[in-house]
Amino acid sequence: MSREKTSFVYVSYIRSTRDKVFEAITRPDLARRYWGHENVSDWQPGSDWQHVRADAARTLDLVGKVVEIAPPDRLVITWANASQADDAEAYSRVTFLLEDYRDMVRLTVSHDELEAGSGMEKGITRGWPAVLSSLKSFLETGAGLDIVPKP
Amino acid sequence: MQVNACMIAVMTNENAPPDADRVFKALADPTRRTLLDLLVERNGQTLGQLCANLAMARQSVTQHLGILEDAGLISTRRRGREKLHFINPVPLHEVYVRWVRKFERQRLDLLHDLKQDLEGDGP
Repeated sequence: MSREKTSFVYVSYIRSTRDKVFEAITRPDLARRYWGHENVSDWQPGSDWQHVRADAARTLDLVGKVVEIAPPDRLVITWANASQADDAEAYSRVTFLLEDYRDMVRLTVSHDELEAGSGMEKGITRGWPAVLSSLKSFLETGAGLDIVPKP
Repeated sequence: MQVNACMIAVMTNENAPPDADRVFKALADPTRRTLLDLLVERNGQTLGQLCANLAMARQSVTQHLGILEDAGLISTRRRGREKLHFINPVPLHEVYVRWVRKFERQRLDLLHDLKQDLEGDGP
């Protein structure tokens, strides 16, 4: 019996360059400043990816693999709660697509293969709008928004 | 008349990135707010699925969806011959941060001042 899956597609227009947006996602020292988390990986296809809270405890919130990486245009990762790392069904997929749009970057974050009604669905629907707004603020003004570290 | 004027204003900027003006204009219509509600209930619906919940010509629904898309409030994805519609709350979050959170802060400051006054260690 397979569980019902759902998708979300988030779009943000950022006055920046694709290189800077890509770096802001993949460089821990940048991500911590607007996301409250670091994305830790060597960013090779097949490598592990970890989403680590940027605080003293450095809690590991999410884990996954790098599926596809083509800087500065496209990044695909799998995504699961660290507590469900062993459950293959728990993994969803996140695609970051970066496109030039006039003098801006259109960043599309597609979150697919999510289990409908799951805690992860609730978490990401609260999380992505806040993270993307904070990323935009960070790249355009140098300061992120207040983000409570949450998975 | 006013609705038409606002639609024209929205449509003529078709290629400009969404901004707060377009978000507010797109939200200033009950049908479009209903469409967003329908997508919150179930994300990724086709035009046909959305029309089934609205007593309105397909063409009008298409037009409303276009305005929502231009405002960045929905995004679309193709699946074969179908077009799926997804709510994009990112611009709403930006409006919230810019217009709502700011006033909440002022209200909190007022409460803080009031408390200081009442407790007698205000200026």
